[in-house]
Amino acid sequence: MIKRLIACIQEYKRDTILTPIFVIFEVAFDVLIPMMMAQLIDKGIEAGNMTNILLYGLLLVVMAVVALIFGALSGRFAAKASTGFSRNLRREMYHNVQQFSFSNIDKFSTGGIITRLTTDVTNVQMAFMMIIRIAVRCPIMLICAWALTFTISPKLALIFLVVIPILALGLYFIMTSAHPIFERVFKKYDWLNNVVQENLLGIRVVKSFVREDHERAKFGNVSNEIFTDFTKAEKLISFNAPLMQLCVYGCMLTVSWLGAHLVVGGEITTGNLTSMFSYIMMILMSLMMCSMILVQIILARASAERICELLNEESDLKNPANPVTEVKDGSVVFENVSFSYANDPSKECLKDVNLTIKSGETVGILGGTGTSKTTLVQLIPRLYDATEGRVLVGGVDVRDYDMEALRQQVAMVLQKNVLFSGSIKENLRWGDADATDEEMVHMCRLAQADPFIQEFPDKYNTHIEQGGSNVSGGQKQRLCIARALLKRPKILILDDSTSAVDTKTDALIRQAFRNEIPDTTKFIIAQRISSIEDADKILVMEGGRISAMGTHQELLQNCQTYREIYESQTKGGGDDE
Amino acid sequence: MNKNSQPSAGKRHTAGRILSYVFAGYKFRFFLVLLCILVSAIASVGGSLFLQALIDDYIAPLLTMETPVYTALLQALLMMACLYVTGALCTLAYNRIMVAISQGVQKTIRDDLFSHMQTLPIKYFDTHAHGDVMSVYTNDVDTLRQMLSQSIPQMFNSVVMIAVTFFAMLFKNVWLTLVVLLCVCFMLLVTRFIAGRSAKYFIRQQMKLGDLNGYIEEMINGQKVIKVFCHEQEAEKGFDEVNDALCESAYQANKYANILMPIMINIGNIQYVIVAMAGGLMALGGFDAGITLGVIASFLQLSKSFSNPISQISQQLNSVIMGLAGAERIFRLMDEPSEEDHGVVTLVNVSYDKSGSQLEESENRTNLWAWKVPHSVGATMVPVRVQEDGRLTELKKPEDGSTWAWKYPETETGPSYRVIHGPVRNVEGENYYLIKLSGDVRFDGVDFAYEEGKTILHGITLFAKPGQKLAFVGATGAGKTTITNLINRFYDIADGKIRYDGISINNIRKSDLRRSLGIVLQETNLFTGTVRENIRYGNLDATDEEVEAAAVLANADDFIRRLPQGYDTMLTGNGANLSQGQRQLIAIARAAVADPPVMILDEATSSIDTHTEALVQQGMDSLMSGRTVFVIAHRLSTVRNSDAIMVLDHGRIIERGSHDDLIAQHGVYYQLYTGAFELE
Repeated sequence: MIKRLIACIQEYKRDTILTPIFVIFEVAFDVLIPMMMAQLIDKGIEAGNMTNILLYGLLLVVMAVVALIFGALSGRFAAKASTGFSRNLRREMYHNVQQFSFSNIDKFSTGGIITRLTTDVTNVQMAFMMIIRIAVRCPIMLICAWALTFTISPKLALIFLVVIPILALGLYFIMTSAHPIFERVFKKYDWLNNVVQENLLGIRVVKSFVREDHERAKFGNVSNEIFTDFTKAEKLISFNAPLMQLCVYGCMLTVSWLGAHLVVGGEITTGNLTSMFSYIMMILMSLMMCSMILVQIILARASAERICELLNEESDLKNPANPVTEVKDGSVVFENVSFSYANDPSKECLKDVNLTIKSGETVGILGGTGTSKTTLVQLIPRLYDATEGRVLVGGVDVRDYDMEALRQQVAMVLQKNVLFSGSIKENLRWGDADATDEEMVHMCRLAQADPFIQEFPDKYNTHIEQGGSNVSGGQKQRLCIARALLKRPKILILDDSTSAVDTKTDALIRQAFRNEIPDTTKFIIAQRISSIEDADKILVMEGGRISAMGTHQELLQNCQTYREIYESQTKGGGDDE
Repeated sequence: MNKNSQPSAGKRHTAGRILSYVFAGYKFRFFLVLLCILVSAIASVGGSLFLQALIDDYIAPLLTMETPVYTALLQALLMMACLYVTGALCTLAYNRIMVAISQGVQKTIRDDLFSHMQTLPIKYFDTHAHGDVMSVYTNDVDTLRQMLSQSIPQMFNSVVMIAVTFFAMLFKNVWLTLVVLLCVCFMLLVTRFIAGRSAKYFIRQQMKLGDLNGYIEEMINGQKVIKVFCHEQEAEKGFDEVNDALCESAYQANKYANILMPIMINIGNIQYVIVAMAGGLMALGGFDAGITLGVIASFLQLSKSFSNPISQISQQLNSVIMGLAGAERIFRLMDEPSEEDHGVVTLVNVSYDKSGSQLEESENRTNLWAWKVPHSVGATMVPVRVQEDGRLTELKKPEDGSTWAWKYPETETGPSYRVIHGPVRNVEGENYYLIKLSGDVRFDGVDFAYEEGKTILHGITLFAKPGQKLAFVGATGAGKTTITNLINRFYDIADGKIRYDGISINNIRKSDLRRSLGIVLQETNLFTGTVRENIRYGNLDATDEEVEAAAVLANADDFIRRLPQGYDTMLTGNGANLSQGQRQLIAIARAAVADPPVMILDEATSSIDTHTEALVQQGMDSLMSGRTVFVIAHRLSTVRNSDAIMVLDHGRIIERGSHDDLIAQHGVYYQLYTGAFELE
């Protein structure tokens, strides 16, 4: 885990290494300055020697300025290293998420990804900064101070050999018992994020059903669980400071007692004893700092583990070694394809599908809810891999293509489609980053989106709110189609993408497809027979299988299901448009 | 610097609000914490004083003794041990209490935040990035916790130390104290300069963190679209920009925060030298007889323990600033104005009184609902007689054959009346009327604009009598959804333009209005939880049987039973494991279990396959009977059997009537309708 994290330091290696170096210089002065101060008192003040006071004073001022510079530099480098490190962490995580396949995405919740990228990284960043600064500073201080106690009296210095293991044991106990609770807390933070997110998305439902109180209770529960666990963990950690204090105070008293004997025995002077106390204080301070880092590290460990989860998640779809980068044509072949989301043969959504589509054909897909229509078409741009059998596009197995090359040629308008905040133009440019205004208007005309865009005061520069909340469902669908058309794909898949569009517009869109992109293979999933009846082939799906295939006329004659659907949609003189 | 003065007033206000949270629930405990800190600080100051005394008063005398007697020393040490143990116990106590306080305050603030968010108008949610809002709940609340649990106790601890040593210094020598104070002033100036800068960047950091959250939230939600469009690189580029901006402000903030401490410590060191020199000069120059060499030596010790806590405070300032920046974002959300609701008309359970003619409010669930209209709302209920020619005459009191009517005073041509059908309660001496909830909805010349100047609806007038089915047809963007947004008051219009059972909907309490309406929205949103819980969302009191009955009605029962755990199947990520159609079926069942008198169906059936839709239609038909229904659908088959069809175009009703009327009119509806044939 730590190796993976260290790999993210990258260009901040210099700052990361410089920080502890400057810290060491800083510590050196921190140890030297009090010694100089003692000299100032002994040789200057106690002796009443003004020259010495001035001399040592000047020396001290110079040392202070140098120490200040080292301190400021180490602080600056630490800031650079730690914020840069967290930037890299976030970037690597986000870039890794971009590599995810659909099934990887399904695994992590949005809330989980967000907390990892924000709260968790902040925790790790704080811990990192502490490690390169204070975790360097404290042990050195500790060792220096300890070494100095040895110069006074090795016997007294041995006390620390007793105290430090006790302290270490106590800290170890606190750490190990708090860690699992912190892990729980973070999981609940994800959950909290999820509750808030669902509430934000479904606020209309909440308000329509007047379920504000229900939502409050739901949120209150999670919030309360976080409260309980977090309190428990922090209360454990609050043993830290008093434990430390007790140890140091214990040392003080023991040193006082033993020291008194040593002084009486003539082994050390009273002046030595005073210095001994100030070194103990120094040790106390560094121990305090150490325990502070420990707390931060406990917090950060849970976060770091979660970050690594995301960093180490590997996409289960990989580019082949020598990928094919050109899609020859828009032909599609399914050979004995079976598929299950869980990779579990007993839960297959697609069973033994065989299908041959020639380039430029229009394929209609019809079927009840949950008959795996979407699953079928998702295999074409390789959003998922077939569990068994293979899918060929342009005569080549989709797994042999470079994924980007394949998806550039296979445009899919998802059933649950999304527009992003930004202008209409920016959204359209997703299809083609270099599209000219004319091209955009042209594609919008084909998708029947141009008329309503022209009615907006800002036309193509109209700002779309997050998720497209300021355009209607039908408008959104047409914008999404235009966006897909701009890719000029060899295969176009519309997954129930005109359901909110009125039938007249729907017909116009299809007519435009026929006239303008005759060479593109088109897959149209629809509920209305009118949307697909002029297709070259119509697939009727039932329970993950293709139960019938043919033209409208053929199916009317041969397929009972199709005929029933047709009749239900046209009964009473064909009132379905 | 001048610029800083204004937000600092706001900051003080923010700090006050946080403190009021602390005092609200934890006044006693907070003072206990302060007390414990005091004791613990005194123990630590006492400790260092004792160590000075130890050598002079205990060890030195031992040296002069023939046979050293350690009893006095032992006694002193034991006393010190007691003091130390008390100090450590107090440290433990205040740390633990502070955990309870800071976590408690954090929880209260989080809950208040969410609670308040529930009251915000839809417009807020439509115009704010979700991720940015979520960032308030985690990142901003977290900075607040750090500030409360760590910085405040440490700062108080430092203040106590400062106070104690200050008096000790003053006691030793006034002049030298003045020198120290001068140095401290300089320290404060430096702190102010540097902390001011880091504060600026910390505030920016919290803002950028919100931006980043917003970006991630939006992009991760659209991650599948990103994949399909191979838009990963652009998404990464966008992310890198936001990420770099965050990194830059975090770097600046931390840089200033980090350099503050070494600067403080070393100014402290320089101060030490200055005091030594000044003291030396004074003593040797005979400036003040009180300054002896011994005094200087011990004064130097004190001055060090005086400047240490000051640098500690300056160090804590950063997390305080960050906490305040977070708190400001929190309070900004809390200060967002709630949905305005001046409605006083409520929905109550009623039953018939003994005479059987009047209604009576009931505590129990009677399944008979009525609006309780206080007299203060402006309309009065008067007895009227309907003349043969249809005109109304107002009566002084109810007579045989008379009926009740609303009398609205507002029109210029005199009062207008509307006859009330159905039972009421109008008893003299009571200050309210009851009128049975029947689902009569009328629009009277409604204009509406989401933004000023961009009118979406123009003069919409329509009426839906109880039990009628009204359909809206029209191109996308014609204003169909907007009409439903107005009925349930997601957006508000001028008073009196929309009446529900004769009552202006602005007078009806929003929660009661919405409870009387069942809505199936265009976009289905489900919540994490079981299928059963999702359906029960419509009516939290529904029994399992009622939930299943509703599912049967919506024809969702069949597929739900085929799910791995049936009704107890967990749904996550907005029902990602279901197909769009299945999710809609659950949404319909959810509305069905609510059993409201008025239903609004917004294009809800569009993604269900025809076979399922036919089944849903049957269920819906039975659900719709006896209810007022507004349907927005594109398939003419679903609107054909409506009582009235409104054809909308650019926010105006251009045609209205029954299917047959409209066909006979040969207008737009006819074209739409016959257009279907052309397509075939």
